[in-house]
Amino acid sequence: MNLKDVIVCRCEDLTLEDVRKAIAEGYISWDELKRVLRIGLGPCGGKTCRLLVLRELANHLMLSVDQVNYRPTVVRPPLRSTSFEVFLKEENG
Amino acid sequence: MKEPDVLVVGGGPAGMNAALAAAESGASVVLVDRFAKLGGQLVKQTHKFFGWADRGAGARGIELAQKWSHAVLAQPQVETYLGKEMIGAYRDGIWLVADQEKYIKIKPKRTVIATGASEKMILFENNDLPGVYGAGAVQTLMNSYGILPGEHYLIVGSGNVGVIVAYQLLQAGAVVRAVIDVLPRLGGAYWVHAAKIQRAGIPILLQRTITGVYGNQKVERAETVGVDDKFRLIPGTERTFRVDVVCLAVGLTPLSDLLFELGIQEYYIPELGGFVPWHDQTGRTNRKDLFVVGDVSGIEEATTASLQGRIAGLTAASDLGYAVDEQMRRRLIEALAEFRCSTLSQNVCSGLDRLAGKEASQ
Repeated sequence: MNLKDVIVCRCEDLTLEDVRKAIAEGYISWDELKRVLRIGLGPCGGKTCRLLVLRELANHLMLSVDQVNYRPTVVRPPLRSTSFEVFLKEENG
Repeated sequence: MKEPDVLVVGGGPAGMNAALAAAESGASVVLVDRFAKLGGQLVKQTHKFFGWADRGAGARGIELAQKWSHAVLAQPQVETYLGKEMIGAYRDGIWLVADQEKYIKIKPKRTVIATGASEKMILFENNDLPGVYGAGAVQTLMNSYGILPGEHYLIVGSGNVGVIVAYQLLQAGAVVRAVIDVLPRLGGAYWVHAAKIQRAGIPILLQRTITGVYGNQKVERAETVGVDDKFRLIPGTERTFRVDVVCLAVGLTPLSDLLFELGIQEYYIPELGGFVPWHDQTGRTNRKDLFVVGDVSGIEEATTASLQGRIAGLTAASDLGYAVDEQMRRRLIEALAEFRCSTLSQNVCSGLDRLAGKEASQ
């Protein structure tokens, strides 16, 4: 399999090659990968890639997925791309 | 700011039933859904349901969606926000809803999360080539909009969704080359449906995976290969399928971003789709004012979702001092347990058992 033709994160256009390289360089938690690759920080907020990345980490570290360093509370609002204009107007304000 | 007794996030079978049960008990309810129409995934389920007649079996998903959504819209205690999305959950109890133009703050006394699930993705070469679809997307295009995204299909995944989509594609006049599954057995599809598509000449090829799709700007062919019991590829078993659509039906995972924001206790239980919020038999999480129902609480199906919704709706109303038919609530809890044992796969039941054995952290 040609790793650079396998997409892991569609939003940020990251391939399996990008992810495995970063892991090999020592970024071995979801938080670190997010910071170094921007993975999971696109419009979908990691809904597509999160489990795939955690599985890659688990395989690399020879752990099960729930043992991988993953901080679930790292998800923050707003959950969708929202324009600033929206925050000027409150309904039933 | 809106201050209803109960906020329900998501208008599928679980959310609609939660809203109805809470409202019928006397609670004021705000129901939010990002789509313009209530019904969730039911709106594209044109097939008949299995299970119990009094729980909607024999009815088609679209009919159930209509029935429940009429009831919700006719219920004066429920205020429905459609086409608006929940974009934030804050720990001071405020929820933020927005559409394209404005925002709404909601401060409910109880919240029922019924956000459903998202489709899982898998890794293969050129998996972003146009022509690679989630099974849910194909079902929406075909059943809700009357559009066939292609002519020749390969379905990856022999669960309920994959097999039903294969059958519906057939009915719509498309050619389904095969359904493949990496596992050595059928992936949880009802046997009747699987038998139906095989009689129609669609092979179900087990222990086979997709390695790539290729074509000029869009999918023209898919490459597959056999795997052994340890999922290692077996050289010499490659098989090419001439297709313009690859339909991924490799499972769902709970759509639990709002729960992550609030730091709700989650456990990783693959049988239930991934990270699953801890909850008791009424759907209550480790945060006393927050319930989870339907697929977001663990991947099951529409009948259990609707039962879970009812139970959580009644429990939320009862918390707030509304008179709730206790006997009815207990009967629903029993019915849910019984339905799970008799209908769901062993796999799901063992996942539910594992979750039940976990602790709720405070």
